[in-house]
Amino acid sequence: MNDMRIVERDVDTNEVKIAARDVQVFYGDNHAIKDVSVDIDDKTVTAFIGPSGCGKSTFLRCINRMNDTIDVCRVKGDIRIDSEDIYDPKVDPVQLRAKVGMVFQKPNPFPKSIYDNVAYGPRIHGLARSKADLDDIVEKSLRRGAIWDEVKDRLHAPGTGLSGGQQQRLCIARAVATEPEVLLMDEPCSALDPIATAQVEELIDELRKNYSVVIVTHSMQQAARVSQKTAFFHLGHLVEYGETGTIFTNPVDPRTESYITGRIG
Amino acid sequence: MPFTWLVLIILAIAAVGFVTGRSRALQSAGGDSRDLHSLPIYYGSHVAMWAVVPAAAVLIVWLLAQPFFVNSRVLATLPDGVVTEGSSIGLVMSDVRRVAGGLDVAVAQGAMTRDEAAAISSKTTDVRESLGQVGVALGSDVSAEVLGGAQLYRTLNATGSLIMTVVVLVIALGGAGWAVSRSDANFRARNTVERGILALLICAASIAVLTTIGILFALLFNTIEFFRLYPAADFFFGTKWAPSFSGRGGASDLGVLPLLWGTFYISIIALLVAVPIGLFSAIYLSEYASPRVRGIAKPLIEILAGIPTIVYGLFALLTVGPLLVSMFGKDTVGWMQGGTAVMTAGLVMGIMLIPFVSSLSDDIINAVPQAMRDGSYGLGATQSETIRQVILPAALPGIVGAILLAASRAIGETMIVVLGAGAAARLSLNPFEAMTTITAKIVSQLTGDADFASPEALVAFALGMTLFVLTLGLNVFALYIVRKYREQYD
Ligand SMILES: Nc1ncnc2c1ncn2[C@@H]1O[C@H](COP(=O)(O)OP(=O)(O)O)[C@@H](O)[C@H]1O
Ligand SMILES: [Mg+2]
Repeated sequence: MNDMRIVERDVDTNEVKIAARDVQVFYGDNHAIKDVSVDIDDKTVTAFIGPSGCGKSTFLRCINRMNDTIDVCRVKGDIRIDSEDIYDPKVDPVQLRAKVGMVFQKPNPFPKSIYDNVAYGPRIHGLARSKADLDDIVEKSLRRGAIWDEVKDRLHAPGTGLSGGQQQRLCIARAVATEPEVLLMDEPCSALDPIATAQVEELIDELRKNYSVVIVTHSMQQAARVSQKTAFFHLGHLVEYGETGTIFTNPVDPRTESYITGRIG
Repeated sequence: MPFTWLVLIILAIAAVGFVTGRSRALQSAGGDSRDLHSLPIYYGSHVAMWAVVPAAAVLIVWLLAQPFFVNSRVLATLPDGVVTEGSSIGLVMSDVRRVAGGLDVAVAQGAMTRDEAAAISSKTTDVRESLGQVGVALGSDVSAEVLGGAQLYRTLNATGSLIMTVVVLVIALGGAGWAVSRSDANFRARNTVERGILALLICAASIAVLTTIGILFALLFNTIEFFRLYPAADFFFGTKWAPSFSGRGGASDLGVLPLLWGTFYISIIALLVAVPIGLFSAIYLSEYASPRVRGIAKPLIEILAGIPTIVYGLFALLTVGPLLVSMFGKDTVGWMQGGTAVMTAGLVMGIMLIPFVSSLSDDIINAVPQAMRDGSYGLGATQSETIRQVILPAALPGIVGAILLAASRAIGETMIVVLGAGAAARLSLNPFEAMTTITAKIVSQLTGDADFASPEALVAFALGMTLFVLTLGLNVFALYIVRKYREQYD
């Protein structure tokens, strides 16, 4: 781990975007998340690390209520985005998910054209007033996804025909097209080769200017490269949370240290 | 020797060969099966294979060839004079076979000895009467030529069977012996058995393909025969279907258009019923229903597929027909005269097709990866938006395939039409009128005492061919759509 490059961090004092308090998640009898409380900052990349099965994805999916689509899953506790309780009965999870975009582990473009993939969200939420408006949104999103130059000549070709890395950037473009405030990414690079990974990481750093980005990753190098804050999960507990530099160089909890030095994982 | 015995003996040879081959191989390895190239069971199977397969192949070919050989030999001995006016050589041969069969029965019942049957002559005995006593009725007195032919027929068959038994047993023993002699530790029995299995699988596949081709040719030749008797243009473009009944003579109108129209009309109504209901229930079951509801409802729907079509026919005749008459009959709007109508058959056929559409679509929708749903929900789409805009498009090729499959079922369906739609061939737009389809007419042209050489009977083959081409076209079209879609989105 000594070769790990810990970049100079410019952690501005940002305001809190997501505040979670005493979150518990159960899959049937399986207690997957235990007492997690965390404050996630705006305009920051926050990385969730931890051994497989420790509940990183589960916690991530609480933030946009994707867990609602799993029958056996129950969530307790309090999660607020901009101090609004997202589990309040008044909140429409469908509306929430437009505000909290998500990018998945495996690129999952729809079997539609590149254009239709990006236009999917704006269309269902009625974000465009005209065809020209929609064209604008699509172009802007594809530029944000750093893929515009590669696909601008074949917007009507199927999205599934792109390479893995391009597909993942398309999925990011698709997610930003609905103008989310938070972007959740669940191991977005685990199905990509190193070059595509580098492109996506660069993109994540760009996205930080506009969004609060939460990224789950298996790779500690990646967490070190892209994030300003890191949360370490272990067996459903949030063990340690802090600035990435501190977590990697000076962890407080012995479990964090074991994980970072490769003794558990 | 009875045939069953022959088969049992071959199997016994194979069993003994199995044990011998296995133990010989083991022996050559000094009793240590680890020194063998293959597992011991492969050596045994190898011997059994050589005992059964060549013998069985010869047996089958012999059984197919012997009747031809015997027939032609008997035919050659019959003088030209035996074919009387109004008869044919085929009829004489069937007399020969019947007398030969009668003699077999007489011998089996002990009314005659073997030698008597071979020596019996029409001059000294009344063959018709003596066969009549053992329960074999003959249509006319047996002429000397026919009796001679029958006796020759019996001798040839008896000799043939004897030679066959010997040859087959020799081949079985020879095959087993040869294979046993090769069973030693270095012999690659495993690879040989593997090749044998491959050959077996290829045989099975070719039988399926060859049968299809055979059926096609049988259809084709009879169709050509029909078009020799009846002009093709009248068949394909004739708008009237009015076969004259056999014997009464007079020209028949055998135009296929009314039947084709009936087929299409009924199928379309059936699909209009089956596709929406089937598809919607598939969507409900795969996307909305809880596992418990699904576990109960899916088998219930699939029961519909197991109901014999004749039961649907009864349902059409006794329930749906009268119901429709009471709704649209002369008491209300007066559109419908009788219970049998395109609508009746179409509705019932639609119900029959629901499980085809729903069960297949359900599997196809379930096969759409969860990642697609997650992607859509993650963008804030509702469930029905996700289904309409992501899942159905992704599942479309499969769903189209399911619908086309249902369509070919509808086109080929017979019983429901016979009972539900009536027998009147008619070109009409009114769905409350009785019409009929190609399949129903094939049945009615071939049942009854039709003369198989008349155009009225042969037309059935032309109709069958039309049906075959239609469904083939439908399947090719389905494949084309599926391919095109795959190319685009895989
Ligand atoms: N859909 C689900 N149904 C039931 N249990 C689940 C489901 N998803 C995850 N789990 C359980 O929750 C725990 C945490 O899983 P997850 O959040 O996927 O871990 P991570 O993403 O950190 O590898 C695991 O024990 C896992 O078995
Ligand atoms: Mg995970």
